[in-house]
Amino acid sequence: MELDNLSRRLIERFQHGMPLCPEPYRAMAEALDCTEADVLDRLARLQAEGALSRVGPVFEHRRAGASTLVALSVPEARLEQVAARISQFPEVNHNYRREHRYNLWFVLTGPDRAHLSRVLDEIEAETGLMPLDLPMHTAYRIDLGFPLETLR
Amino acid sequence: MSACISPSDADLARRLVALTEAGLPLVEDPWGWLAERLGLSPDATLALLARLHADGAIRRIAAVPNHYRLGYRHNGMTVWDVADDAIERLGPAVGTLPCVSHCYRRPRKDGWRYNLFAMVHGRSAAEIDGYRAEIRALLGDACRADDMLVSSRILKKTGLRLGEPRSRMR
Repeated sequence: MELDNLSRRLIERFQHGMPLCPEPYRAMAEALDCTEADVLDRLARLQAEGALSRVGPVFEHRRAGASTLVALSVPEARLEQVAARISQFPEVNHNYRREHRYNLWFVLTGPDRAHLSRVLDEIEAETGLMPLDLPMHTAYRIDLGFPLETLR
Repeated sequence: MSACISPSDADLARRLVALTEAGLPLVEDPWGWLAERLGLSPDATLALLARLHADGAIRRIAAVPNHYRLGYRHNGMTVWDVADDAIERLGPAVGTLPCVSHCYRRPRKDGWRYNLFAMVHGRSAAEIDGYRAEIRALLGDACRADDMLVSSRILKKTGLRLGEPRSRMR
């Protein structure tokens, strides 16, 4: 998608953090040499177009409870149906089809590990497929965004 | 440094998640909007956000881009079988590569030998292949096998949800 110059600068400059001051959008406008209305207008437009998923806090998932990465090896003929069922679980917050013997990958998040274990049992019982359960051991990097300097 | 947050902060944090998981309202005074709903003063709200951020409960407060929509349509989950005695040294090194957005150590399992995961994103298949080569060069002999699982479809992607279910299908 095409971004105008101000939109690109807005994303590059504030994707890692925005000012924690009483009028943040005004402070952002000053940093970008435009008006507060310009900032609010661009943010609203970028959000509506989907270029921004949101403006606000990104929470550390693990602090909110337990999470794990799960993979299923789903026979191709059943993939659509199993994927749709998995997406229905409120505990599933990412669900990706990937090119591998393990072809369905998703993240489970819940209040505690016991809850996740119950969901894993439920998935196994419902699908007849054995989930590969890969909880995080150590985080070497969490998502803080990545450079967009080549973004056009 | 203490990683604990007080019970009242924990309770406020839960309400904060519910209020902001879909984003702050785009109004001139977003903290005032939040303060009103949390029953705090605007100053106390800013202080709470700063505390949760310093503590690590909030990773960042930002304009959060959707890289897929911005043209970064190729993502690869690179997975590596790294020698156990080298992973705590090499994991952080992989994590600091600019092309890597997430990097985690995860357990090996029967039928799954890979213990290091690094996500890479790019605008073409060639670009993410290049990143994979970069990681492989860094790991050297400590890596015994690797693979890259590319995503052919995003079936469900949402932010953290503790309150109302909210999903976006693509």
